[in-house]
Amino acid sequence: MSAEFDIAETLDVKGESCPMPVVKTKGAIDGLAAGDILEVLATDSGSMSDIDGWASGTDGVELVEQEERGDVYKHYVRKME
Amino acid sequence: MSTDTPEAGVDETADAPSRAELAARVDELEDALAETTADDDGKKMSIIATKGTLDMAYPPLILASTAAAFGYDVTVFHTFWGLDILHEERSKDLKLSSVGNPNMPVPNAVAALPGMDRVTTRMMEKKIEDNDTATIEELLETSLDMGVEFQACQMTIDLMGYDEEDFYDGVTTGVGAATALQDMADADIQLLV
Repeated sequence: MSAEFDIAETLDVKGESCPMPVVKTKGAIDGLAAGDILEVLATDSGSMSDIDGWASGTDGVELVEQEERGDVYKHYVRKME
Repeated sequence: MSTDTPEAGVDETADAPSRAELAARVDELEDALAETTADDDGKKMSIIATKGTLDMAYPPLILASTAAAFGYDVTVFHTFWGLDILHEERSKDLKLSSVGNPNMPVPNAVAALPGMDRVTTRMMEKKIEDNDTATIEELLETSLDMGVEFQACQMTIDLMGYDEEDFYDGVTTGVGAATALQDMADADIQLLV
């Protein structure tokens, strides 16, 4: 499912809680090039809503997909132009 | 009153501005719009942090770092006990008050005994650690790295007998209520914690 697009980088924030998943996602996205997709692996159940909210409220990023795989929440965020 | 009488129509036509005047007016409005939109590009948040207990130190720092992740320009103005959050030594020793907190597992009469704040603070710190919640120091360092501006109110620094050197590197001192007010006036979000 997640192999449909190329992942430029994976950020592992498993075990970390609010606000760190969003804060570290922002940090990782800043280091990517336009068009790159960041994969975020989290165990914080609040990250589903938080990363969605962050992506819609932030310029230059787009939430591509989110999925729950066992205890891990996977987020795919694309850096825009 | 709106009228569609021919007389009114004739009067309006007589007073109507010329095409050149209209074009100049449109240019003027476009410039003003561009200016306003440019200002809006920078979203701003201003927080006033007044509390220095362990539980109340979290909300301003969590919101500040999160807003920075959203691209907000964030200023947190610390005053009174809120200064302890920025105080390098005291920030590592913030306490939870067990008295007057009905959520505590001990009755007030017991909570008032000497050393009880230390006990309830330990309990909270243990929970924070077990839950992998970021510490106050981590949140502060993260926020500083993200460009959040932390200000320490000069009047209360003097009142508490603190020294400007006591605060974390990067903390702004020598600021007062007027600075905070100006920040709030410019901000899209203003919070008093």
